[in-house]
Amino acid sequence: MSATLREFFAMGGYGFFVWSSYGLTALLLVGNLVLALRRERRVLRELSTRVSVGAEHDAA
Amino acid sequence: MIKTLHKYASPMHFHALARAWSTPLLWLAAALFVTGLVGGLVLAPADYQQGESFRIIYVHVPSAWLSMFAYLVMAGAGATSLIWRVKLMDALARAAAPLGASFTALALATGSLWGKPMWGTWWVWDARLTSELLLLFLYLGYMALQSAIDDRRAAARAGAVLAVVGVVNIPIIHYSVEWWSTLHQPATITRLGAPAMATSMLIPLLLMALAFQLLFFALLFIRVRSELLEFEQRASWVRELVRQADSR
Repeated sequence: MSATLREFFAMGGYGFFVWSSYGLTALLLVGNLVLALRRERRVLRELSTRVSVGAEHDAA
Repeated sequence: MIKTLHKYASPMHFHALARAWSTPLLWLAAALFVTGLVGGLVLAPADYQQGESFRIIYVHVPSAWLSMFAYLVMAGAGATSLIWRVKLMDALARAAAPLGASFTALALATGSLWGKPMWGTWWVWDARLTSELLLLFLYLGYMALQSAIDDRRAAARAGAVLAVVGVVNIPIIHYSVEWWSTLHQPATITRLGAPAMATSMLIPLLLMALAFQLLFFALLFIRVRSELLEFEQRASWVRELVRQADSR
């Protein structure tokens, strides 16, 4: 690794604090997106079973 | 104007609007994140007092702003729904709560990671930090109410009352650094007069703040779609959408 890159990651000795902050932020932002999309898929799946059960009920 | 408002307050139309806007907003936010990160981590000079540690500002301040903005969305939607009984507003309030909670947690965590090297402590029980922690508990209380009450309408009303009462905490968070003595530094941007920051440091902060804001709306739109589907599960437009999703 070049000296400039090493310096960049060291953040003047504050590397742990700076990169933990940015890492947590990335995790939380991506996590929020994944959770929101997953919840939508789950709701659609649940409603789909309910709709088909309702259709069978109507047919019977 | 009133007619357009009325149209988009209908769950079906707002669902379509939220579906059309979430992806473009995500891409726009991503582009702003990239430019903001380059500006904040590479181009901006180190602070003359805080050195490189000041770069935490680019994630801490936007998440702290959003933690309050999301609360205003939640409380505003709650208040509107208490007065006019608009289903869309209940859905928006429910969608905003988990987002607000997560940005509040992030503001607290990044603040702690900034406080340790600068103040020598992860946490102090001062007014700013304590009122922000209270904000987290308000969100969690709202979410607990939503999952504890089975009747959706009743849950939304109870939650709206809690959110509206809790709104007094927002000015307390904002002015806490002026009203009480604290380790927390005073406002940098939202103060009267010019921001106390060099332009090369300020521009990345504004880019990051805008990126966070757009991402919030993208996430809010994705979440509100689920809420609207659940609120309106008996409506024919929802059945039609569910059938379409099945056949895909």
